[in-house]
Amino acid sequence: MNEIAIENLSRRRFLQGGAGLTLGFCLPGIAAAAAAAGPGKAGEGLAAPVSFEPNAFLRIGADNSVTVISKHLEMGQGTYTGLATILAEELDADWAQVRVEGAPADAKRYNNLFWGPAQGTGGSTAMANSWEQMRKAGAAGRAMLVAAAAKRWQVPVSEIEVNQGVVRHAASKRSANFGALAEAAAQEAVPTEVVLKKPENFRLIGKQARRKDTLEKTNGKAIFTQDVRLPGMLVAVVAHPPLFGAKVASFDATRAKTVKGVVDVVQIPQGVAVLATDTWSAKKGRDALQVSWDESAAFKLGSDEILARYKEMAKKPGLTARKDGDAVAALGKAATVVKASYDFPFLAHAAMEPMNCVIRLSSDGCEVWNGEQLHTGDQYALANLFGLKPEQVNIHMLYAGGSFGRRACKDSDYVLEAAQIVKAIGGKAPVKLVWLREDDMRAGYYRPLYHHALEAGLDEAGNIIGWQHRLVGQSIITGSPFEKMMVKDGVDATSVEGASNLPYAIPNLTVDLHTLTDIGVPVLWWRSVGSSHTAFSTEAFLDEVAAAAGKDPYELRMSLLKAHPRHAGVLKLAAEKAGWGSPLKAGKAGERRGRGIAVHESFRSVVAQVAEVTVGRDGSLKVDRVICAVDCGTAINPDNIRSQVEGGIGFALSAVLHGEITLKDGKVEQGNFDGYAPLRINEMPAVEVHIVPSAEAPTGIGEPGVPPLAPAVANAIAAATGKYLHRLPLRSTDLVA
Amino acid sequence: MIQLNVNGKLQKLDVAPDTPLLWALRDTLQLTGTKYGCGQALCGACTVHVDGTAMRSCALPVSAVVGKKITTIETVDAGRVGKAVQAAWQKLDVVQCGYCQSGQVMSAVALLTQNRKPTDADIDNAMSGNLCRCATYVRIRAAIHEAAKSLA
Ligand code: FES
Ligand code: FES
Repeated sequence: MNEIAIENLSRRRFLQGGAGLTLGFCLPGIAAAAAAAGPGKAGEGLAAPVSFEPNAFLRIGADNSVTVISKHLEMGQGTYTGLATILAEELDADWAQVRVEGAPADAKRYNNLFWGPAQGTGGSTAMANSWEQMRKAGAAGRAMLVAAAAKRWQVPVSEIEVNQGVVRHAASKRSANFGALAEAAAQEAVPTEVVLKKPENFRLIGKQARRKDTLEKTNGKAIFTQDVRLPGMLVAVVAHPPLFGAKVASFDATRAKTVKGVVDVVQIPQGVAVLATDTWSAKKGRDALQVSWDESAAFKLGSDEILARYKEMAKKPGLTARKDGDAVAALGKAATVVKASYDFPFLAHAAMEPMNCVIRLSSDGCEVWNGEQLHTGDQYALANLFGLKPEQVNIHMLYAGGSFGRRACKDSDYVLEAAQIVKAIGGKAPVKLVWLREDDMRAGYYRPLYHHALEAGLDEAGNIIGWQHRLVGQSIITGSPFEKMMVKDGVDATSVEGASNLPYAIPNLTVDLHTLTDIGVPVLWWRSVGSSHTAFSTEAFLDEVAAAAGKDPYELRMSLLKAHPRHAGVLKLAAEKAGWGSPLKAGKAGERRGRGIAVHESFRSVVAQVAEVTVGRDGSLKVDRVICAVDCGTAINPDNIRSQVEGGIGFALSAVLHGEITLKDGKVEQGNFDGYAPLRINEMPAVEVHIVPSAEAPTGIGEPGVPPLAPAVANAIAAATGKYLHRLPLRSTDLVA
Repeated sequence: MIQLNVNGKLQKLDVAPDTPLLWALRDTLQLTGTKYGCGQALCGACTVHVDGTAMRSCALPVSAVVGKKITTIETVDAGRVGKAVQAAWQKLDVVQCGYCQSGQVMSAVALLTQNRKPTDADIDNAMSGNLCRCATYVRIRAAIHEAAKSLA
């Protein structure tokens, strides 16, 4: 077990403040153990001798290293770099001396400040909830270094400057680096109040701080869960049921046990696990298993049948999510009524690293190696299963090879599966659960299948006087720990987000929702959650309405957004940069080209995109260029914002062109990247990202680049061909001339 | 026992002959920079060089690469092209989650070794077998051009 460094709390006071900076213990023992096994750390050098830990987020070594402790998962979105940038700014550290380490799970010290007493990374909240916390953490460290220097040099605190990791007293020409002052600084009182920098004095924020994880992710040294190997560890590959809700009836492991390397075969609630000394043997063993399944309680509908049911339900009103004025009456007296419905399939996250988890039991607890997205949720679930206290479950944070929400499983599915295997073998060996791609893709926890029906009424002049939006699908949040917070009067906020907060000035507007509870397919948040479908239906439908009203889609939006300056701001910027209104360069003979626009707010950021497309004579689609404008408050790292938006566009385009998980008689039809194809490089458009300057607190950027892409592309297709898309993904026959 | 030439060293491995090179590298030789993504030659995460050619190690049984020179991400920087590619990747901060990037780097090095001035179409051809779910493609393309420039 890891030793907990005992600090003298009496020389510390808690810094009380609005942002709730907690000062407390640092657990170097855990950090060191994680380092040995390959931690989720970024930056150069090995774990330094600890000498100064002013708070839970910062450690300064005698070797002059500055370690920022990240309470959030690095899954590609640049969180480690962003959090380090904020803290290093107020600390006035040199960027080169900064490294990052993943925090252990701890609901008290490392909770997401937007989520109450839970640690987790999601909803694009990492920067937003940590902004003040990390600034104060850095400023507190800086103040203590300055106080130590003032004492040592016998000069007033006010005469000391800090710049890029050097503490200096100009008059006496004395200077010291952080490492040299670390021990003395640790003796200083933690300040009760700190002064934060004025934005005009920022040296790192808003500039181009390089990512902290690039080097080790370029040379193969970065350690993911998949790479962990502990002494005596066994690798488990599991035979999972072919249908959701099916159970093991019986199994025969005789042949599996003859495979060289196979050590054990155990039944668990999730299926039958084959344990071997290595992955390939475990897979061969799994393939040699004979399992018969009890399908009596299994879910057996296909996607088509689910959709047919949803369409039937959409004929009647659901539970109200928003009601302004009287939409029914307005539609009744409208001069023109426009109607459209939209279908969205189940989508798998399909992170490049399939789900996996390493667990080791010891006499006094349990250790986990994982890229945790719901740290304390998994910690509590494991504690519950093993009969431990949460603090006996130590989580070593590693990088996640993508996640997009999948590693934040509300039911801790793959983590508990690993735990059940460890339990089934009596904890005699550490276990690495490996899901092969097929296991990952067929495990459910998809973006739910949705059906939307919309109607809009126009008066004689073409003004929108009524808007009715009905959604039918499964709830993600119901039954999860977030239910109390996010489901009100039967309406799951994540089902309707993006639709219920439609920003347009429409006097009579209704949004209602049908939530199905008997669809046995597990569903989950998928990068941008509700907005992954609501942005499409609202923004694509608005273009159909604009066409019916004889209005330009951009002008119409601007006229309806007078009360929403951030929306109007990004829309205007994107339109300007794209040359909205100017003719597009013509394509080759037989090709049709078009430009489409969309704007959407998600996670308190607003993004507008203009897509330019070419539709071939054969109906093939090429998205040539996407011009994007972003308002995400203070831009902590502009290059990372660009990178997230580029990636978000590629992620979203996968779902336009290919993404679809389908069920037939309850069985998932796709298993690997042939059936469920993420975007490839030859399909990637050129991307231009423009960031609106802002002094507001930062808001999300991991997800907001995703939602506007699909409607912008659909609107561009409509401009090119006159055809409106009413379902995703695009079928090859949809655009044939 | 199977003998393989990995990163310039002869290694004796006690694995079944049908074991994919990927798992022999990762589980037996602890060379974990080469990644598993699909096991079906569909994603490129497991790309290594076999006698200088980029190949998917998940679809190559060890028995098929006996006597061949295998290079993995761990030593690809020994060559000038490998160094240039990694430097370009760092300069442009290409990576996001990073899981696909060993494979991307290996494919890019193989491309630039054969073709010092690839066009966008050449890049599409050489790199379209390497999936990146984070969709870092804009930067992969730019970094390959950048590396080509630095090698010229
Ligand atoms: S793991 Fe080999 S190509 Fe995907
Ligand atoms: S960087 Fe995440 S899959 Fe490529």
